[in-house]
Amino acid sequence: MTEPGKKKLDLRRREMPKQPPEVRRRNFSEVALGYPVETAVEEAQRCLNCPKPSCIGGCPVEIDIPKFIQCIAARDFVAGIRVIKEKNCLPAVCGRVCPQEEQCEEACVLKKRGGQVAIGRLERFLADWEAAQGEVEMPTLPPPTGRKVAVVGGGPAGLTVAGDLIRLGHAVTIFEALHKMGGVLVYGIPEFRLPKAIVHREVEYLRRLGVQIVTDFVVGKTRTVDSLLEEYDAVFIGSGAGLPWFMQIPGENLNGVYSANEYLTRMNLMKGFLFPQYHTPIKEHRRVAVIGGGNVAMDCARTALRLGAEVRVVYRRSREELPAREEEIENAEEEGVVFDFLTLPVRYIGDGNGWVKEMECLKMKLGEPDASGRRRPIPIEGSEYRMAVDAVICAIGNSPNPLIASTTPGLEVRKNGTIVVDEETGKTSRERVWAGGDVVTGAATVILAMGAGRKAARSIHQYLCSL
Amino acid sequence: MAELRATEMIVPNMHLLTIHAPEVAKALRPGQFVIVRAEEEGERIPLSVSDWDPAEGTLSIVFMNVGGTTNTLAKLPAGSRLPTVVGPLGKPTEIDHFGTVLCVGGCYGIGSLYPLARALKLAGNKVIVAIEARSSFLLFWEERLAQVSDQLHVITRDGSKGLRGHVGRLPEIIAGCQPVHRIITNGCTYLLKRVSDVSRPLGIKTVVSLNPIMIDGTGMCGVCRVTVGASTQFACVDGPDFDGHQVDWAELLQRRMQYVREEMRVYRSSRGEEAVICQGHGHD
Ligand SMILES: Cc1cc2nc3c(=O)[nH]c(=O)nc-3n(C[C@H](O)[C@H](O)[C@H](O)COP(=O)(O)OP(=O)(O)OC[C@H]3O[C@@H](n4cnc5c(N)ncnc54)[C@H](O)[C@@H]3O)c2cc1C
Ligand SMILES: Cc1cc2nc3c(=O)[nH]c(=O)nc-3n(C[C@H](O)[C@H](O)[C@H](O)COP(=O)(O)OP(=O)(O)OC[C@H]3O[C@@H](n4cnc5c(N)ncnc54)[C@H](O)[C@@H]3O)c2cc1C
Ligand code: SF4
Ligand code: FES
Repeated sequence: MTEPGKKKLDLRRREMPKQPPEVRRRNFSEVALGYPVETAVEEAQRCLNCPKPSCIGGCPVEIDIPKFIQCIAARDFVAGIRVIKEKNCLPAVCGRVCPQEEQCEEACVLKKRGGQVAIGRLERFLADWEAAQGEVEMPTLPPPTGRKVAVVGGGPAGLTVAGDLIRLGHAVTIFEALHKMGGVLVYGIPEFRLPKAIVHREVEYLRRLGVQIVTDFVVGKTRTVDSLLEEYDAVFIGSGAGLPWFMQIPGENLNGVYSANEYLTRMNLMKGFLFPQYHTPIKEHRRVAVIGGGNVAMDCARTALRLGAEVRVVYRRSREELPAREEEIENAEEEGVVFDFLTLPVRYIGDGNGWVKEMECLKMKLGEPDASGRRRPIPIEGSEYRMAVDAVICAIGNSPNPLIASTTPGLEVRKNGTIVVDEETGKTSRERVWAGGDVVTGAATVILAMGAGRKAARSIHQYLCSL
Repeated sequence: MAELRATEMIVPNMHLLTIHAPEVAKALRPGQFVIVRAEEEGERIPLSVSDWDPAEGTLSIVFMNVGGTTNTLAKLPAGSRLPTVVGPLGKPTEIDHFGTVLCVGGCYGIGSLYPLARALKLAGNKVIVAIEARSSFLLFWEERLAQVSDQLHVITRDGSKGLRGHVGRLPEIIAGCQPVHRIITNGCTYLLKRVSDVSRPLGIKTVVSLNPIMIDGTGMCGVCRVTVGASTQFACVDGPDFDGHQVDWAELLQRRMQYVREEMRVYRSSRGEEAVICQGHGHD
């Protein structure tokens, strides 16, 4: 390996090939195609292998980033994937959807020079390389401890807890409400950004490790947490934040007004884009407005675009404040999504037959920063105007579903529905019950959900060992 | 995966399924529903439960063949496996000692009325059951309902049995057993609306089991939202029971029609013929 001091700085981040916008806006195949081997090696060779690597601190699960990158540089991909998997059991997912630009890559020393190492793309490269080899390496498991853990929810938090605990010899069962595992990764994030085959592969890996998977099981309905506690030594709640918010404005129940969850679930989980081969219908819309500015809004917009609609993203602040990942905003722009910034819908107007026909909007200006640190949008009086639409997708946020809290006496929750836990351990106010992920933080990110899962697994393990 | 233990066409176009789903059967309460997928590519549809047996681990459903999924379900032979049977979903119907309760059922709702009437009877109520159909040959479970009620009334549209007409004749039944403390009604949306319209001037609290379009049934997607009084409710978790006098019926009927054109395509291909959508079975 090269010594950092001697290397001439190469500040050219290697581009990852993508489907051209004109092509991809008409299909559901993955947009970004991944690094070819040579490009990955070149990109890896740009890493300085810093003696005090700042990138690691930017990673919520503290992957030994320079170590895996050096493995790529040395073409030892087997060793590389092993390094990542010490800390992250879903690298193919994280390599695609993590906001690396705000995390590890933001902290990379080369960032100041404008050429931060493409850590996320390299992570994705190793995960895809491993998958392409066919056989995934299976770890050897310790002898069974005889302890049993029930995990509620098959999203990133639940998958992480299950993966960690099974490797420590505990028996794990995941209970998932939907008919497919993966949480938001399968029902929310679209195929063109995260192919479902990848999520499926990770779930199969856990199954092969011995994790029991029970789908179509709603905890709080089919059985309560208390009933699970009679059979299991511990319960982890990773049920996510799946309760959609609406704007509470007139006309919201008109036909053609969707929550992002409905729209994306129809498309992703139920494969509406393959209708009628798959039977869950989706309408053909011509003019779609997506309300919001996060990743969820981008996903809705780009999905609607692929179904042939003209799509506008309506966001009440300016481009600077868009919470979505920059890469996804750019992808959306390239594909032809139009953005209406500083715009707030105030009511939806029907066509007389129950279908949305127009949307009345107000123009906004930005005032002083608010509690979130972003400049507060202020309505401009008299700026009302109407926009013709035949569908509106409301992507303004989600909170945790109250189902579990309302059926688990003594489980402390905040007003917004999030479960109160001890930050270090994920312990809830109930004995033998842990929680983590979006159900604790509110809608956040995959890697934070996984980080929370990891902490909880450690604490659950400690508890199980003390029995 | 849940095994289909038995299937039967109980009246033309109406089917009774018995499904092995032990965890669900153990947890069921009257008024709840399950979500079913008939095949891997299939959609998720909500169906009320008409009976269950925790010891056997089975539950039964009465459904009407109205479209793609129900048509596929209708054709499945006993022994088939359903990829999804999840539940019990929704809040159970409120069961208490109310006094006299009138249970009104039409269409598939005659089936889901049965466990309600039984539970109400057990809770010490005087239970009056009224069931309605287009013609006598479309009525089912009369004997069963008779066993769990104090009175059983039949209304047929063509007058082939019982009273002639539709639920517009309920006031006559009510007049004969005053006072009625509560009405509970299951069936298609038109029936529920009709019953609510009839009972509103009489000032009798009317509980309706709503059936908007659903996907997940757990409060995640929001498609099942209905306006009740001044607020938006998610029928799958806040309901399916609501006060029929508070429901915005026009909105609900409209929302149920959202996918009719698309659904027709699936139906035609599953059946190879023209489709008839459940438009209220002759209610005008
Ligand atoms: C459209 C969209 C795009 C996103 N894009 C990104 C992105 O690019 N990058 C990123 O980092 N993050 C992104 N996120 C956020 C990220 O997906 C979530 O933060 C993450 O999935 C949270 O994981 P989780 O395990 O806590 O919950 P979830 O993924 O929500 O999983 C929870 C699971 O629990 C199940 N469940 C719920 N209640 C019950 C119950 N009572 N019984 C049994 N099971 C239950 C649910 O069905 C679900 O499968 C996006 C989110 C959405 C919606
Ligand atoms: C809580 C609840 C309980 C129900 N119980 C029963 C029952 O016990 N027996 C019974 O026969 N029917 C019941 N229904 C109605 C049943 O769900 C629909 O008839 C079924 O979904 C039709 O599906 P399909 O594919 O066969 O027909 P489609 O051709 O898809 O639709 C026919 C009509 O059914 C309605 N519908 C379509 N998709 C859905 C959906 N996903 N959810 C709800 N309605 C839909 C629409 O109004 C549509 O116009 C219930 C509905 C709800 C919400
Ligand atoms: S900070 Fe950047 S250059 Fe340094 S080790 Fe990390 S990735 Fe490599
Ligand atoms: S069916 Fe999705 S929220 Fe009710």
